[in-house]
Amino acid sequence: MSVVTQASPAAAENNAAPAREWRPPSYWPFVIPALVVVLAVIIFPWVFTIWMSLQEWKVGSPTVFVGLANYLRLPTDPRFVEAVGHTLSYTALSVVLPLVFGTLAAVVFHQKFAARGFLRGIFIMPMMATPVAIALVWTMMFHPQLGVLNYLLSLVGLPPQLWVFNPTTVIPSLVLVETWQWTPLVMLIVLGGLAAIPTEPYESAQIDGANFWQVFRFITLPLIMPFLFIAGMIRMIDAVKSFDIIFAITQGGPGSASETINVYLYSVAFVYYDLGYGSAIAVVFFLLIVALAGLLLYLRKRLLWTSALGDGA
Amino acid sequence: MNPRYILGRIGLWLSVFVIVSPAILFFLWMGSLSLKFEIDNASYPPVFIPEHFAWKNYADVFASNRFLTYFSNSLIVTGCATGLAMLVGVPAGYGIARMAAHKSAIVILIARITPGLSYLIPLFLLFQWLGLLGTLVPQIIIHLVVTVPIVIWIMIGYFETTPLELEEAALIDGATRWQVFRHVALPIARPGLAVAFILAVIFSWNNFVFGIVLAGRETRTLPVAVYNMISFDQLSWGPLAAAALIVTAPVLLLTVLAQRQIVAGLTAGAVKGG
Repeated sequence: MSVVTQASPAAAENNAAPAREWRPPSYWPFVIPALVVVLAVIIFPWVFTIWMSLQEWKVGSPTVFVGLANYLRLPTDPRFVEAVGHTLSYTALSVVLPLVFGTLAAVVFHQKFAARGFLRGIFIMPMMATPVAIALVWTMMFHPQLGVLNYLLSLVGLPPQLWVFNPTTVIPSLVLVETWQWTPLVMLIVLGGLAAIPTEPYESAQIDGANFWQVFRFITLPLIMPFLFIAGMIRMIDAVKSFDIIFAITQGGPGSASETINVYLYSVAFVYYDLGYGSAIAVVFFLLIVALAGLLLYLRKRLLWTSALGDGA
Repeated sequence: MNPRYILGRIGLWLSVFVIVSPAILFFLWMGSLSLKFEIDNASYPPVFIPEHFAWKNYADVFASNRFLTYFSNSLIVTGCATGLAMLVGVPAGYGIARMAAHKSAIVILIARITPGLSYLIPLFLLFQWLGLLGTLVPQIIIHLVVTVPIVIWIMIGYFETTPLELEEAALIDGATRWQVFRHVALPIARPGLAVAFILAVIFSWNNFVFGIVLAGRETRTLPVAVYNMISFDQLSWGPLAAAALIVTAPVLLLTVLAQRQIVAGLTAGAVKGG
């Protein structure tokens, strides 16, 4: 932590120093309590997890150092490999759909209309509400016989679905909940971006007679790109880790059709109490999230480059 | 009024309606489920507004012998975790902002990225060794994983925007750092305190994953208690929906009342979090 070197010279009482040599006082006392907490609940668990991942560690039996054996077990564990696949498809859908709907909603909320603040409050309720409570109601709505969703489908002439009870539709159904829940966050971030856009490009576009779609495509979209990127990044991190909704609605089922890495990690660590293997999954899971974030950063660089080229031409 | 303008307004209100309706309809349906007797909840096509409201669903939830225990567990865990986080996080946010120690934010970023379950494995063992399982202490401590980064993050943002001149003047006049913090910086940052507090409360209240591992029969928080109801009474939807609504009602109320602060906090935190 490079922070340490920065403030240490000012550690002595600075009251005695004459005004000429006045130096900014040390702010370390303000940070130390939080540092202790962070060390205890964030850093310590991390170090301990890495150490545990090198052990054969099951609750109730003695621990044995096994080196990388837990990690080597991962690629040969079909349930883990499948969970990675489920996580990736769940995440991809849960990033793209909220980005699309959230951007549309932001464009609408950027207009002026009555009761906008209140309606925005209503709109963000899904992401603030307790996930387990929401999951419970969605479970009832997904019910194949009594659920309201199949009733709504029947109104528009579509056949009833099994939703979360069918292995092929379970992930899209859960993504529906995730999208419903997290579109508001994308909307808020993009709305912040829209508020920062200068008005000049719009005025000249109006003079040139551009239509709504052209304005959106060639002015708004490029200008909010950085915000969309941030929203996508946050969405990715949260979607990969999504647990409450999946666990409360399907517990990874039917079978293991919706078992993501996080849900599998729960089973390994707290159902089978295989803590060493669970720790290895936690470490790999974290690295996967970092890798995905890195991939997004790389993609952004590529996109910036190409869009700069396109705009200049 | 030209027709183009009117058409534009109609289009706008239609889009507003379409955008807000998934949220509104969901919560109305939740309310409807919670106020219906089993006959209405089990009928097809579904009944939206029942002839007789089943207020007894709510009475049953409150009357069930453990509900008040779980409610007070939730209050204690969220209250302590938020209080402690404010106590250590607000000064830390101030210190980090004044030292311009931006690299320390990496720790918060790691905390943001790390799945909650990975904290649970080591801390679960630690609490077991310390013999704390069965009390609320483990949950209070582990909720700090959620609340402390939120508070620090938001407070850094607020203290960075408050003017330095006043603080420097007070320091030269001989005030101690603590006095400057307490009497100059803190009053200016009051809106930030509200934002940090509200968000920490909401995310702690909603937390589920820590509870399912660490909570015993007596130490469940409300989300865990509701989850356990799902597994045990799959069939009585009315009381279940009523319980779900009771659990999330404080948060929903806070969201509508404090939507300005929540929006400010989420966009600031989110934008900086990237």
